[in-house]
Formats: sequence, C-alpha cells, structure tokens
Amino acid sequence: MRCRKCPKRAVLGLSRHNTAFCGDCLTEFVRTQVQRAIKAQQMFAPEDRVLVAVSGGKDSLTLWEILLKLGYRVDALYVDLGIPGYSSRSKEKVEQFAKVVAEPCGSQLTIHTVEEDAGAGIKELANLIKRPTCSACGTIKRYQFNRVAWQNHYDVMATGHNLDDEAARLLGNVLQWQEEYLQKQSPSLPASVEGFAKKVKPLYRMTEREIAAYAVVNRIDYLVEECPMAKGAKMLVYKDALNRLEAESPGTKQRFYWGFLDRQEKSSSVAPSMSQIDQTTLQPCSVCSQPTTAGTCSFCRMMARAKTAVK
Amino acid sequence: MKVHLSHPTRDLIIQGPKRVADIFKELNLIPEAFLIIRGQDLMTEDETVADGDSIEIRPVISGG
Ligand code: SF4
Ligand SMILES: [Zn+2]
Ligand SMILES: [Zn+2]
Repeated sequence: MRCRKCPKRAVLGLSRHNTAFCGDCLTEFVRTQVQRAIKAQQMFAPEDRVLVAVSGGKDSLTLWEILLKLGYRVDALYVDLGIPGYSSRSKEKVEQFAKVVAEPCGSQLTIHTVEEDAGAGIKELANLIKRPTCSACGTIKRYQFNRVAWQNHYDVMATGHNLDDEAARLLGNVLQWQEEYLQKQSPSLPASVEGFAKKVKPLYRMTEREIAAYAVVNRIDYLVEECPMAKGAKMLVYKDALNRLEAESPGTKQRFYWGFLDRQEKSSSVAPSMSQIDQTTLQPCSVCSQPTTAGTCSFCRMMARAKTAVK
Repeated sequence: MKVHLSHPTRDLIIQGPKRVADIFKELNLIPEAFLIIRGQDLMTEDETVADGDSIEIRPVISGG
C-alpha cells in the first residue's frame, strides 16, 4: 500500500477516510486534526496555559507531545494511584517522557501521590469505604486535576479522551437513557462556576488506533499494559461492539459521536446550557470550597469516611 | 513466524509467509482494535509477514 499523499510506503490504512498514510503524512494528519478540534470547539488560544492529565498510556502522552509540537504552553499532572506494580511502571513512562521530550521544551510535570495525601493507595481506600475501585479513582482524579488546575491558575485542563472513548460513553449513556450525562459529553466544557476549571478533549476527532499509530511512528514510549482494575469494564464491551460495526461500515463511530455533537449544538439555543444549570445547582464545598451540588463534595465525604473507617 | 500479543501477554508461532489481513482472520481479531508492528515499523493489512519474522500484535483499546 502506498501513501495517498506522497510516493512513500503507507504505514496505516484509514478506512473511515478511505485513505492511507506514510509515517510523515500520518503525523501531519493527526496534528492538523487536533489543531482543528482546538479551533472548532474554542478549546484554548496560544497564550493560554494548559494542564494535561497524563497516565503513561498512549492517549495522554500523545496529547502532551502534540500540544508541545503545536507550540502550546502546556504542563502535565500525573496522579500516582498506588496500584502495586502498575502505578510504578506507568509513572516511570511519564517521568521518562517528561525528562526526554517535555522538559527540553520548558514543560513541567507535577506528580500527586494519593498515598501521601490520603494515607493509603486507591485500592485500600476503596475497600475502606466499600466503593468500587474505579468509582473512588474517578472521584479522586477529577478532584485533584481540578484542584491543581485551579490553584495554579491554568486556563484549561486537557484529557486524552479519543473518539472511541466518547462514542463508547455515548452508547452507554443512550442505552441507559442517562440524559443528565449527555449534557456533559461535549469535548469542551466551560468553567461554569468559580472553582471549576475549563475541561477539553483535543483528541475527540481521532480513533484509538490512529493515536496508537501516531505514538509508534513518533517513538512515544508509552505503557501498553492496562490498569489491572480495568478488566471486564463495561466500556470495553461497548468499544468492541462499536469496532465490529465500524468494520462493517467504516465511519460509524465518527457519525455517531459527531452527529450527536451537531444535534447538541443545534438544540443548545432552546435548552438551558450546562453553565446555566451549574450556576443554579453548584455551591462551594463546606470543607474544601470546590464546587459541589451537595453541602460537602464527594471527595471530602469520601476522605471523611476513610478516616472514620480507620479508627 | 513469532507473534507477540498483550492483555494477557503471550507468544504464538504461526506458519508463514502470511498477509497481515489473514493473520487477523486466523486469530479472529478485529483489525480496528490492533496494530501490527515489525521491529519499530507499522505494517498495513496488505503486507506479508515472512516465516522468519517476529511481529507484535498490539491492542490499541483501553478500558479506563
Ligand atoms: S481502571 Fe479504574 S482504577 Fe484503573 S485507572 Fe481507570 S478508573 Fe482508575
Ligand atoms: Zn506520505
Ligand atoms: Zn470538598
């Protein structure tokens, strides 16, 4: 197979675009798509400071690299969950990338260690308060990313969610008719109230396979191993179903998610916006003052429960 | 040829030469969920893997 843009050998076929690219043309294609996403969704401007949430996996390290290559002012935050084996291996990948690729560009890595802050790793914490590990993990990561972004005056927080992630989440939300979650599926969520950072997903136009291919071509050394808690996750079932549909009918995933975004944009003039809803329902947490719908936020309630469980 | 897979990590021996597309079929894998890597290079589905080659079939789907 030849590259459709130049005479070189292709390294990846992209059936959803009915094309194929060599390494250089794939790199250019991915960076152009990310730049287009940033502009189209008004994610951030060249002067804005961006904080990327990194895990050591392909999506977040690739996002960090692309934003650096596009010349944005970007730093990264890694949350060390304290999962035996996996966390130290993922942290090693992140630190290595920071040292070799990011720091020479003036980009900094911040590490937040759950165990130092909460006295236990994520698995023990979840056990103590009798919640599934992934749900406790989600609460902690959301909380810490927002806290670091807010306290250090970043303009926006970026995550590596891709087209497969968003299409799978949309499928899950539609299957259960979780309409309140549909509101939050935009790739660009405004800083609706004081204390909440703006959140964006610059990779929402790229499939997981395209991102992984970009990482391989550009020698981004990421952790292929998955978090051991992810086994059997519902998301994997949705992703598999969508990939089977994609194989039959290339472009299914993008038509599904982008089509949803188009409809959401059209209806946003009539329905109250997420910012409006947030402004009427959120208030500062009584303990930490991060915005919450309850009196005390879910993170502070979780920490309080963990402390009483220890006694 | 030697074939390395992840999640869980395992190694297989498959008779070559064989086209990448046929390796996917033989192992009952969806191409959209994997990359094929020989050395440091990606291979497209129409390319052929020689019997003496070592390849990695790398999953690209993450669950988080
Ligand atoms: S799989 Fe669960 S525990 Fe592991 S990083 Fe994801 S949310 Fe956290
Ligand atoms: Zn080319
Ligand atoms: Zn709080």
